[in-house]
Amino acid sequence: MSVITQNLSRNKYFNWTVKNLFSSWVNTIMTIIAIIFVYEIGSFFLNWSIFSADFRTNFQGELITDRILCSKNIVPGEYGACWAIIYVRWDQFMYGLYPVEETWRVNLTYALLPFAIIGILFDKLPFRKIFIYFTFIFPFIAYFLLYGGPGLSTVGTNKWGGLLVTLFLGVTGIGLAFPLSILLALGRRSKMPIIKSLCIVFIEFIRGVPLITLLFTANVMLPLFLPDGVNPDNLLRALVAVTLFQSAYMAEAIRGGLQAIPKGHIEAAEALGLTYWQTTRKIILPQALKIAIPPIVNTCIGLFKDTSLVLIIGLFDLLGIGRAALADMTWTKLYYEVYVFISLVFFIFCFGMSRYSLYLEKKLKTDNS
Amino acid sequence: MTKIKSLFISLVLTLGVSTAIAGSHGSTLDLVKERGKLMCGSNTGLAGFGAPNDAGVWEGIDVDVCRAVAAAVLGDASKVEYVPLTSKVRFTVLQSGEVDMLSRNTTWTLSRDVDLGLEFVGVNYYDGQGFMVRKDLGVSSAMELDGASVCIQVGTTTEMNLADFFKANGMSYESVPVETNSEADAAYLAGRCDIYTTDASGLYASRAGYPDPSAHMVLPEIISKEPLGPSVRHGDSEWADIVRWSLNAMIIGEELGITSGNVEEMKGSKNPEVLRLLGVEAGYGAMLGLSDDWAANILTQVGNYSESFEKHIGPNTPINIQRGLNALYKDGGILYAPPFR
Repeated sequence: MSVITQNLSRNKYFNWTVKNLFSSWVNTIMTIIAIIFVYEIGSFFLNWSIFSADFRTNFQGELITDRILCSKNIVPGEYGACWAIIYVRWDQFMYGLYPVEETWRVNLTYALLPFAIIGILFDKLPFRKIFIYFTFIFPFIAYFLLYGGPGLSTVGTNKWGGLLVTLFLGVTGIGLAFPLSILLALGRRSKMPIIKSLCIVFIEFIRGVPLITLLFTANVMLPLFLPDGVNPDNLLRALVAVTLFQSAYMAEAIRGGLQAIPKGHIEAAEALGLTYWQTTRKIILPQALKIAIPPIVNTCIGLFKDTSLVLIIGLFDLLGIGRAALADMTWTKLYYEVYVFISLVFFIFCFGMSRYSLYLEKKLKTDNS
Repeated sequence: MTKIKSLFISLVLTLGVSTAIAGSHGSTLDLVKERGKLMCGSNTGLAGFGAPNDAGVWEGIDVDVCRAVAAAVLGDASKVEYVPLTSKVRFTVLQSGEVDMLSRNTTWTLSRDVDLGLEFVGVNYYDGQGFMVRKDLGVSSAMELDGASVCIQVGTTTEMNLADFFKANGMSYESVPVETNSEADAAYLAGRCDIYTTDASGLYASRAGYPDPSAHMVLPEIISKEPLGPSVRHGDSEWADIVRWSLNAMIIGEELGITSGNVEEMKGSKNPEVLRLLGVEAGYGAMLGLSDDWAANILTQVGNYSESFEKHIGPNTPINIQRGLNALYKDGGILYAPPFR
C-alpha cells in the first residue's frame, strides 16, 4: 500500500517536473541553462561568503585587526570575504558613535521594541491590552533611554548612528505618519472645501518633491529662517522630513482603500443614524485599511530603505557608518563585505514587513470576491 | 478677543526678535567657552584626513586642526563634537551657525572666500591634481603620457584640468569615464586605463588599498592648485584669528622643533620665539582672548604639524604621502607661517 502511494507521489513530482520544466526542447534547454546559472552564482557566492571566507581569524589563525591581515590580502586570489571588519566595527554598525559604556541603553531599547509593536501586529495575543498600553508609553521610555534624562547621562543625537538611526527614522517615521495619513486621506475626501484643498495641496506638494529635496530643505534651509542659536536637532529635522514624506504617500494608499468602499455602506450607516466619526471608525476604515494593506506596506518598505538617504545630510545611518568604516585606512577597500552586510540587514527588515503583510491579508480575507 | 490675539502675536514677535538679536551678538569664542565644547564640521569619512577609527574616535590631519582649536580655547583637545558634513551641505551648515568651524578638505577659492561668506584662515594641506600609473609602464613624467587612456570622474573640475594640461602640452589622450572613486579603482586595476587622475591625496589613499601598492606610482607633476584649509564664518574676525593662529602654532611648532614630547623642556629654551609661543613670556594669549598656555596646550595635546602629518598621512602610514609641497619653506616646501611676535 505504502509502496503504491510512494510511487504515486513520486509520479506526481515526476509529472510536474516534466510538465513544467521539460515539456519541449526549448523548455529543456532553458531549464538546464537556468540550473547551471543558479548553481554557478550560488556556489560562487557561498564559497566567497562562507567556505573560503575569513571570520575573525585568517588562514594562519591570527586575529584580524587590520585589512592587511585578511587572508585574501596575504594570498591574493585564494580566499573570499573578510568579515572581520563587521566584527570589529559591530558596535558602530549597531549604535554609531554612541558611548561604549552606555550602549546597554540602546540594547535595552532594541529588546523592548518588539514588545511595543507586537500588540499592534497581532490581535489574538493574550494580555493584548497591556501590550497596547505599553505601545503608547514606549516612545517616552525609548526617548529617556536613548537620549537621557534624570539619572542617565545625555547622549546627543549626533552620537547616534548605524542601525539605531535607521530604525529610529524607519519606525518613528512610519508610526507618526500612519495617523497623520489617515487624517489626510479622510480630509482629501471631506466635503469641507478648505480642509479638502489644504489636504490636496499638502499631499500633492510633498509627493511632487523628491525625499532628498525635503531632507535638504529640512536640514539646510530651516536653520537659516530661525534665529541664531536655535538649532533644532539634526536627526529631528530628518525625522520631520521623513514623516511628512511618508504620510503623503500613505495617505494616497489609504485613499485608494476608501474609494473602493461601495457608497451603499455609507448610506446605510447614515440611515442607521451613525455620526460621521462613528461611520468612519466602525464601517469605513476597517474595510478601507484592509484593502489598503499591500500598498501601505509597500510604502513602508520603500521608506525604510529611503532612510539611507540621510547619509547625504551627514547623518551616519547604517549605510553612512559603513562608508565611514571604509574610509578608515585600517579597513579600506573591503567594499563587498560592508555592502553585502548592509543589504542583508535591510533585507531582513524589509522581508519581515512583506511577510507580515501577507499574513495579514490572509487573516483578513473574508472571501466575498 | 482680538485684543488678546494681537497681544499674543506681538509677544511672540518680540520674543522671537529679541532671541534673534541676542543670538547674533554672541561672539563665537564666548559661545564655545560657554558650551564647553567646539562644534567642528568634519568629513563624513576620508582616510587620513578625517574618519572615525575602530573605537569611534575621530582621526586625521583635518581633525587635528579642530583638536588644536579646542586645546587652545578650552584647554582640552578632546572637547570637540564632530558634525560630519557632506560636500553639499558643508557651507550652509557653517553659515547657519551649527558648527563653529569647518575643517574638511575644502579648497580655498576666491568665490568661496568672498561670495559664499566664508573666511579661510590658512592652508593645512596643499593638494593638486596628479597622475598615477603602473610602474611597469616605464613612465617617469606626465610629459611622456601622449596617447594614453585616462580614468577620470565625469563632471568634475579634474576633467577640465586634464583636457587643459594635455592640450597645453600638445598631447592627446583617450578618456575612460567613471562615476565614483571605487569605480575608478576597479577600472584602473583591471587595466581599462593606463592612468588614473584625481587629487594627489586621493591617489595616495587609493593606492594604499591596492593589492600591491608598490607596483604603482604617482607622477611628480601636479597640474592644479588645491589648497585645502579650515574656514569660519565671515564677520567674526576674533574667532578667525584664533583658528588661524591655532593652525599657525602647529606649523611654527615644527619650525622651532617643539614636539608633543618636549614642550616642558623647551620652556627653558633661550630662543625668544619659543618662549613667546609657549607662553613663558606672557601677553600673547591675552591678545587672542585666550590663556597664555594656549599654544603649549596645542603642542602637548595635538603635536606640531609634522607630527600630525606623519601620524595620519606620512610615509609610515598606508597612505604614504611625501611631504612635498607641504614641507616647511626651509625644507623645500611652501608651508610658511607668519612670525610669532
